[in-house]
Amino acid sequence: MSIRLRELIRAVRQCKTAAEERNVVAKESAALRNAFKEQDTTYRHRNVAKLMYIHMLGHPTHFGQMETLKLIAANEFPEKRIGYLGLMILLDERQEVLMLVTNSLKNDLNSRNQYIVGLALCAMGNICSAEMARDLAPEIERLLQSTNSYIRKKAALCATRVVRKVPEVMESFVERAPTLLTDRHHGVLLCGVTLMMEICDIEPATLDTYRTHVPTLCKILRSLLMSGFAPEHDVGGITDPFLQVKILRLLRLLGKGSADASDQMSDILAQVATNTEANRNAGNAILYEAVQTIMGTESIGGLRVLAINILGRFLANRDNNIRYVALNTLAKVVAVDTQAVQRHRNTVVDCVKDADVSIRRRALELVYALVNEGNIKTLTKELLDYLRISDLEFKPDLTNKICVLVQRYAPDKQWHLDSLLQVLVQAGAYVKEEVCRALVVLITNAPELHAYVARSMYRALKAHQEQAELMLVITATWFLGEYGELLLPGRQGSPLPGEEAVSASSDDLVSLLEAVLSKSKEAAAREYALTALMKLAARVPEQTQRIKATIERQTGSTFLEVQARSCEYSKIFGLEAIRAQLLEHMPPLDESTYSRNLGNPNVVDAAAAGPAQAQQAFANGAATKTDDIADLLSMDVMAGPAAASAGPAPTTSAVDMLNELLAGDLLDLLGGPAAPAPASMPAQDPLGGLFGSQPTTSAPAMDAFGDLMGSPAPQPSFPITTVFEKDGITVTFAFTKPPGQPSVTDIEASYTNASAAPVTDFTLQAAVPKFMQLKLDPATGNALQPNNGPSVTQAIHVNNTMHGQKPLVLRLRIAYSINGQPTLEQVEVKNLPPGL
Amino acid sequence: MIRFILLQNRAGKTRLAKYYVPLDDGEKHGLEYDVHRLIANRDPKFTNFVEFKTNKVIYRRYAGLFFSMCVDVTDNELAYLESVHLFVEILDHYFSNVCELDLVFNFHKVYLILDEFIMGGELQETSKKVILERLAELDKIET
Repeated sequence: MSIRLRELIRAVRQCKTAAEERNVVAKESAALRNAFKEQDTTYRHRNVAKLMYIHMLGHPTHFGQMETLKLIAANEFPEKRIGYLGLMILLDERQEVLMLVTNSLKNDLNSRNQYIVGLALCAMGNICSAEMARDLAPEIERLLQSTNSYIRKKAALCATRVVRKVPEVMESFVERAPTLLTDRHHGVLLCGVTLMMEICDIEPATLDTYRTHVPTLCKILRSLLMSGFAPEHDVGGITDPFLQVKILRLLRLLGKGSADASDQMSDILAQVATNTEANRNAGNAILYEAVQTIMGTESIGGLRVLAINILGRFLANRDNNIRYVALNTLAKVVAVDTQAVQRHRNTVVDCVKDADVSIRRRALELVYALVNEGNIKTLTKELLDYLRISDLEFKPDLTNKICVLVQRYAPDKQWHLDSLLQVLVQAGAYVKEEVCRALVVLITNAPELHAYVARSMYRALKAHQEQAELMLVITATWFLGEYGELLLPGRQGSPLPGEEAVSASSDDLVSLLEAVLSKSKEAAAREYALTALMKLAARVPEQTQRIKATIERQTGSTFLEVQARSCEYSKIFGLEAIRAQLLEHMPPLDESTYSRNLGNPNVVDAAAAGPAQAQQAFANGAATKTDDIADLLSMDVMAGPAAASAGPAPTTSAVDMLNELLAGDLLDLLGGPAAPAPASMPAQDPLGGLFGSQPTTSAPAMDAFGDLMGSPAPQPSFPITTVFEKDGITVTFAFTKPPGQPSVTDIEASYTNASAAPVTDFTLQAAVPKFMQLKLDPATGNALQPNNGPSVTQAIHVNNTMHGQKPLVLRLRIAYSINGQPTLEQVEVKNLPPGL
Repeated sequence: MIRFILLQNRAGKTRLAKYYVPLDDGEKHGLEYDVHRLIANRDPKFTNFVEFKTNKVIYRRYAGLFFSMCVDVTDNELAYLESVHLFVEILDHYFSNVCELDLVFNFHKVYLILDEFIMGGELQETSKKVILERLAELDKIET
């Protein structure tokens, strides 16, 4: 004789330790197993109830799954009840066992006992799988017409789930759903509206048919509004706010994009917005929904003013919940009516500093949307002030947003620099590398700020030397290396208005960089410092000897990169004739190329173009060599095109330098396969190897020396693959990967026709396995000209969520007419290059 | 749509968990832990809404119990907050002055009540009277 459920619960509650609890549960589980084995039917439902309790405690219960199915098949209501409950708790739609219950469900849905039908509907509405939904859809459709309102409302929600799971059975429900709107029972109305919304969601084409029901919906809403006190549905003086909210939501779907429908509902929306009491949560819920509906449909201006005013009142409310929804809605409204939202700017900025993280998040989103050229200075100041005191978890998001705003709206370059520097000082850890890179591009193009940037960076690095974040250190170090000499007395320009003067001797400057070089914990910072010192050695003659000594000391560094570079740099000190040219200033970077590459996933091409271009340059003669060398030396792959046009550089010396480098003992440094390279071999290999601009070097070198200035790390490129060939039609795929998103592949499909006959109605559809997401852009055309005429292209974007585990596969369905003869082909594409 | 509903006490013990989306047991426990950590220490003056992954949790505390619902970000937070309250009122009526122990010993009843109120993640009935009458009928045929 087993114990009762109550006793089990009590026994578990009395346990003082987790071990004790496990003991009790293990004992009971054993007893349950026995009972199940012996096919004990008297206590089966009690046993399953206990099983649910054990499940709730987090212990394994799979051994009892079949028992729940047996209970469902039983005849009595109490057993069925526990059976269905167990089914919903212990199983879910993904388990195959669930299929076994389909037949019982079908019987129960057809039962004459309304309570049993209710149980079956409930189970189905909660966990039915797609197969079950397909099998049982006819039953649900029939039950929608039941005379019992209790059955009707449950059937309506079941239908919602059915159409969600199997959209193709929707047709039978499309017409049936609006008939529920004539029901007097609120539950049925509510569930009917839910069903209609789901149908509209899945099949937007039904919106048109459903628009005819707008007057009915308005009528229901009006009767709710006017009904006076209705005890059954009253919530704080408002009749059924839940139903009102649901109807307003459906109206929003129907009114969107339809002036007629919007017009029909404008009266009732105005009534809701003016007559709803805003002193209770229920009333505010309705107002909130009404505002969203007004803003989401094609409402007239007056109504919109009303809605914005409600939001203004919400924002001034003392209740945080109300302020939260106000911020949330304003963020959506801002695209429609910026002016109205700008009026609340100060309140919104205050909300960014609220104690509640939920409010802060919403407010930040909104501020982000509110910023424009006119208010960027004040708003950024507020945000920067807040950045200093904000929580750690909030900082990454905030930092990122400030950086984006500054980059987008900065009124002038000096302000841009100042703001980013402040961000770097306060939250350097969260600043993205691209932001610093963009800053470098900006400043190299603004000669008037070179001295200023040197001063600012010197101040910042000096003041925060000890606890500065890596990003600040490397940015500052890079600038000091590049423009450090402009700090020195005599060469320093006059300070800008409002700027405090900096007095730094060349000794101070070098000491500062040396401190970074020897003390920084981060290898990257040391690498930057080393290169910065090397550059300064050429520009501050009085410090050359000191720097030379420092660099020579680093040849024993434990950081591999620092060691390798310092060896190479020491060698350069031996080549007095070319040292100065080798270490010249960076040419201004081309902003447009840079920003184009930033937004272009094909950065690979730009990076790959480096060596190719160099090769060509060698073929063209010495004149252009200098530029390429300059490129390589400036550790900047992307500056290639910019530098090529940057103007004449001393030709002869560069040729000499190249020869020296190639012939000289520097080659020994390279080691490995590059060392025995014959001098006739394209020179960029050893050079690239030496200066880390080429994939032949080790990856860390790339990062340290290429990254701040150059392109993102080089990405693998993929061969163009032909995926389909028939009737002269060829489909090829070219692949690129956007930087930083290894799982995403952008495919450019191009279609050509080599046959003599024109191909028309060409369409390509693609399908991918479930774990991938696919987006197909429209093709540039659907006709392919004969004889290899211009190709038609189409962009396909695939996100492989299991990147690295599963390769990219696609199934293509290609339809076209050739000579008026329609053809349909299906191919599975598996021969894609690895690594996608 | 409601993703899941949780009833947890202040110590984080789950008293009721109803999921309307399929999840593994491990994921469920992870979620319950995360949600509790997220809401347990919030100031009572704060909003009753917290963003949780790609969804939103609407929660409300009644004595030592947290009632939370995870809903879509586009859903009406205030309306769900109201429905949490309605659910509590129904429990209160049914158990006449409900306390945590009622829910512990009658967890299967609580599921039953919830199933009359919400189904498949959508609100099913908004009238307290209809639900309570229904529950009384069900209790009668049960005995």
